[in-house]
Amino acid sequence: MGEPSLHVLEDRSKEKVENSDAVRINLYHVQKSFGEKVVLQDISLEIEAGQFVVIVGKSGSGKSTLLRLASGLEKPTSGDITFNDIPIKNSPAKATMMYQDSRLLPWKSVLNNVGLGLRGNWQAEAEKTLEHVGLLPFKDEWPSKLSGGQQQRVALARALMHNPSLLLLDEPLSALDALTRMEMQNLIEKLWLDQKFTALLVTHDVREAIKLGDRIILIEDGEITLDIENEASRPRSFTDSSLTLLENNILERIMNA
Amino acid sequence: MNKKAIQQIIPWVIPICFIVGWQLIAMNEWVSTQLIPAPITVISSAFTLITSGELLYHMQGSIVRALIGLLIGGGIGFILGVVNGLFKFSYNFTDTSLQMVRNIPNLALVPLVIIWFGIDEGAKIFLVSIGVMFPIYINTLHGIRNIDAGYIEMSKMYGLKGWRLFREILLPGALPSIFVGLRYSLGIMWLTLIVAETIATTRGIGYLAMTAQEFMQSDIIIITIILYALFGKLADMLARWGERRALSWHESYIQ
Ligand SMILES: Nc1ncnc2c1ncn2[C@@H]1O[C@H](COP(=O)(O)OP(=O)(O)OP(=O)(O)O)[C@@H](O)[C@H]1O
Ligand SMILES: [Mg+2]
Repeated sequence: MGEPSLHVLEDRSKEKVENSDAVRINLYHVQKSFGEKVVLQDISLEIEAGQFVVIVGKSGSGKSTLLRLASGLEKPTSGDITFNDIPIKNSPAKATMMYQDSRLLPWKSVLNNVGLGLRGNWQAEAEKTLEHVGLLPFKDEWPSKLSGGQQQRVALARALMHNPSLLLLDEPLSALDALTRMEMQNLIEKLWLDQKFTALLVTHDVREAIKLGDRIILIEDGEITLDIENEASRPRSFTDSSLTLLENNILERIMNA
Repeated sequence: MNKKAIQQIIPWVIPICFIVGWQLIAMNEWVSTQLIPAPITVISSAFTLITSGELLYHMQGSIVRALIGLLIGGGIGFILGVVNGLFKFSYNFTDTSLQMVRNIPNLALVPLVIIWFGIDEGAKIFLVSIGVMFPIYINTLHGIRNIDAGYIEMSKMYGLKGWRLFREILLPGALPSIFVGLRYSLGIMWLTLIVAETIATTRGIGYLAMTAQEFMQSDIIIITIILYALFGKLADMLARWGERRALSWHESYIQ
């Protein structure tokens, strides 16, 4: 998919951008229950602005719930969440989310999906963003004519169009084949390096976590049980033995839970 | 002759035999031509009706009635479907009543409607409206309620709300279902009109048929039957055409 010209992402039209600076997120004693069921218990966490944090953990451990809380879609049962010390609901900072399914609207063309929710003259900007994800030639197609990987790239373009301060990624690559997944990891890393939003990624793939994360958090039964920094230089490759070691450590930690 | 040509001809064998047989019966007067007029007679009376402008006049009467009824009934059904699809309170408040009224066949209302509206336009439009309202109501409601909640959540996250959320997400998401309702309604619309126009009218295809019956003009009766069939087919074709255009994104229409 050619080498996308990344410089264009920097000079975004100002009127559309509300707040493109990365955001620092704080969770203070956050607890979340659904009825009787406690899903997250007493989570306190600080995520630095611009950090790439990856959350791993077994199915049902509460990872998606944590992401939904950080997006403001869901409110904690108790505790507080702030963006740059401002409670989420008052914060001007914008969070966008990518899901495991692309959630592209089948009745909108690729371009119109990318511009979802925008006002004014967003078309040129959307075309640029589509170019970054290598899909400009598909701008007038219906989403259903695209492959799964292409659909996720459109979803990524859509999330980036809003110049998010926080990008939430809930297993966005888990439905893709290994090769496409690696391509997408590189793309996400590139766009993150360029735009410097704060990123919060949930994944089942420990290698993906190590490849992308500045920091890897393990959640078990609604609690953070592991929180490690990963300072390896980018781009990361698994020929680096220290990364393989890290991978084994994390895998062992998950398995022994 | 190759296989393909034969396959194309085969479906037409029965209709052609039918018309030829019909013409033979009429020409030899095996049955009185008052009961079964010859196809030629039907065609020539149709020609007379067309050239005199009489046919157009009656067709206009019927079409206007059908369209006004469809617009009123369909509009009400659509609005109720949208509102009940979006608001739980209004659904709880009205749906049970609507479902009860829906079970009354609209033609059972004919005697009552004549008392209420007399025999003028209002009665016929009312019957058509009632008939087309429910299929559109039910399918709009169903369409709105079945939109993937994930789309709605995602769209809200991207800042869509109010009218834009409706126009860009809810309406297109419900449209396939609404079209199912519309096509079903069109069938009911003509059926209701056929019956309603025989009650008492001074204009319309049904009127043409009723006066023809009084004067034993079976050729004209046959013309009106063919007209209703053509109208039904035409309305369905128009609806399909609209559907193909509006739903070109849908799996069933993507080439
Ligand atoms: N809206 C809800 N209502 C009730 N229970 C919920 C709701 N959302 C999540 N849960 C419960 O919370 C728990 C954690 O769910 P969550 O989706 O956060 O897990 P997860 O870590 O993302 O799992 P997976 O890896 O399978 O996606 C599950 O037991 C789930 O049943
Ligand atoms: Mg999940």
